[in-house]
Amino acid sequence: MSEKLLMKGNEVIAEAALRAGCRHYFGYPITPQTEVAHYMAKKMEQIGGVFVQAESEVAAINMVYGAASTGKRVMTSSSSPGISLKQEGISYSACAELPMVIVDVVRCGPGLGGILPAQCDYFQIVKGGGHGDYNLVVFAPSSIQELYELVVHAFNVADQYRNPVVILGDGYLGQMMEAVEFKDEEVINKVEKPWATVGTNMEREHNVITSIYIEADVLEAHNNKLQAKYRAIEANETMVEEFNCEGADVIVTAYGTVARIVKNVIKDAAKEGIKVGLIRPITLWPFPKASFEKYAETPKGFLCVEMSAGQMVEDVRLAINGKNSVDFHGRTGGNVPSQKDIMAIVREIAARK
Amino acid sequence: MSIVFDRPHALVDKPLHYCPGCTHGIIHRLVAEVIDELGIEGKTVGVSPVGCTYNNYEYFNCDMVQAAHGRAPAVATGIRRSLPDNVVFTYQGDGDLAAIGTAEIVHAATRGERITTIFVNNAIYGMTSGQMAPTTLVGQVSTTTPFGRKPELHGYPVKVCELLSTLEGAVYIERVAVNNVQNIKKAKAAIKKAFELQLAGKGFTLVEVLSTCPTNWGMNPVKSIKWLEENMMPHYKLGVYKDISAE
Amino acid sequence: MMNQIILAGFGGQGILSMGHFIAHAGLLDGKNVSWLPSYGPEKRGGTANCHVIVGDEEVGSPIISNASVLIAMNGPSLEKFESLVEPGGIIITDKSLVPVKPTRTDVKLYEIPATEMAYELGNATYAGVIILGKLIALTDVVSTENFEVALRSILKPSKHFMIPEEMKALQRGAEYV
Repeated sequence: MSEKLLMKGNEVIAEAALRAGCRHYFGYPITPQTEVAHYMAKKMEQIGGVFVQAESEVAAINMVYGAASTGKRVMTSSSSPGISLKQEGISYSACAELPMVIVDVVRCGPGLGGILPAQCDYFQIVKGGGHGDYNLVVFAPSSIQELYELVVHAFNVADQYRNPVVILGDGYLGQMMEAVEFKDEEVINKVEKPWATVGTNMEREHNVITSIYIEADVLEAHNNKLQAKYRAIEANETMVEEFNCEGADVIVTAYGTVARIVKNVIKDAAKEGIKVGLIRPITLWPFPKASFEKYAETPKGFLCVEMSAGQMVEDVRLAINGKNSVDFHGRTGGNVPSQKDIMAIVREIAARK
Repeated sequence: MSIVFDRPHALVDKPLHYCPGCTHGIIHRLVAEVIDELGIEGKTVGVSPVGCTYNNYEYFNCDMVQAAHGRAPAVATGIRRSLPDNVVFTYQGDGDLAAIGTAEIVHAATRGERITTIFVNNAIYGMTSGQMAPTTLVGQVSTTTPFGRKPELHGYPVKVCELLSTLEGAVYIERVAVNNVQNIKKAKAAIKKAFELQLAGKGFTLVEVLSTCPTNWGMNPVKSIKWLEENMMPHYKLGVYKDISAE
Repeated sequence: MMNQIILAGFGGQGILSMGHFIAHAGLLDGKNVSWLPSYGPEKRGGTANCHVIVGDEEVGSPIISNASVLIAMNGPSLEKFESLVEPGGIIITDKSLVPVKPTRTDVKLYEIPATEMAYELGNATYAGVIILGKLIALTDVVSTENFEVALRSILKPSKHFMIPEEMKALQRGAEYV
């Protein structure tokens, strides 16, 4: 293990991608993730990689589509309004089964909204902001160290399943600095890509990357194939942190930065004799349903806390399936749920019969 | 006995789905002949657009990538930057390139991406059944200009070669037509030159090919050619708009 | 012990760098640290703040809701953040730039004429380090040795000639009563 470095989240995203073997980055400036592009612009030129500042988010995701077609490890990063623009390309990439890593450092919306942190992209990333039946693997890191590890992992998962993978952070995760300890060598899952369009070299039939299937039965068969892949991802790739849930009076669920606020609440509550558990989804898709099923009847109630008006809470309620109450607390506009407000709701739930 | 005329190797042995009298078939063949003559099929990656030629990946024997509407130059950029030693071309229609994909083509040219774009201009949307294209002529009837294109309502037809030839990254821009044998030969020479300049690493190259759409123009193939000559060619003048190799 | 420090002032006073020095020195001391900058609209309005946590335990939320220390380098920052200081906590102000007193009476207040002292040392930019000298003297949040190492790794080599003066300024701040 090497030494611990103090680095900004956005720079760690870029460094992790480089360590994962990404040599192709296409992006367009938008706050609060621009440092990813700054880092990439500098490093790629130094190491002979590819950095292109595209004319738009739309162009950037399509450049990623092109690079991914050739089998290269490729990444783009943006923030909420930019991700909205990329949705067309994301849907096409999911259908064409192109491995790629997309980073969304979420800011508050809707509309141009603001540049402060938020988690209001859950729907557009987890439920699909683009058209059609598709899923993206979505990782939601909550610390800089985890951000690094998940970015590297994301490239492996993308290659393994031929699927776009998203790193969903919030503005704070991109902007904050914390210690990160890089491994001497990354675990890189080397996957053969015989499907890549790199030229036939007159040695094989031509490869085609496409997302269009005009015949109903052909498209349905392709959809069935995608769905089978998604079931395999659900079975193998779900990640979750369960903390203090055994015998908890209240279980709070949150992801990303908000989960860290909840960890402070857990300490505060313990001083008052209230046992608070945390279920922190690390993959938002696949959603860690099993953890919620396991503890569904343990606490007096569940509380879902988000920097949104209530998005992940829908999946929590589906997972709890009526077996317990699920309260929600959210802040929007770039405001962050406070320890004090969460604690007040925790007390109220803990006092229930 | 020797064979004097055959299907180019770069074309798949498969019937084309295009309408009778459509000139896409000719243009496909010209591109394939050039690929054969330059011996580049094994290292060429083509990008298919959205429009009538959305599935020309079935017709070209090289590796092919199908792109979203208008995004072919961006997709080609991604491919080109990943495969610096290969040959990359896009094949796009007027709606794809000059309406929804205007930003992508302008910026691919601006960056001087080493790609070749075959731009087929038939002054109408074919696939979606005859709507006004950015290149539809003033007065031309389409399903969305049922009383003819009026500048005060619909603006003016865009001249892509004239526009792109102002950009420094573009090294070769020529407009050709496939209305007669002589022009078809010129069209092939232009396409070949564009690929050669790409192979020489010079920059962005584009050949605009004036083409017909008998189905949506509501004419038979012979009349369509005549209409192209009498209406399109006076507005869209044939010729070389930019050629750095001649400078 | 978790030091939860809010640093706030005008843009250009080096607020974010001050936080960065402390966080980096804390890391070198083997502590758990986090540094969270303001990057929102207030940054565009010419003010800056950051939340720095340094301590032995794992850092929970990087967003400070109970500050053990507030460093206010201008009046508006004092007014905005004093309510976040925990009872018995510390407020350090640059007396040269903060004409007002906190309304809080349950905190320990240290007013240091840092900007004036910095001018005496020949460079107004030392004001921040003077304040950090007092912070370190009061809390032992980081070691002075590693503070110097942190300066060396964060400042551009072209600014390294200033480090001896910066360390002198740190000392002045620590000694100020």
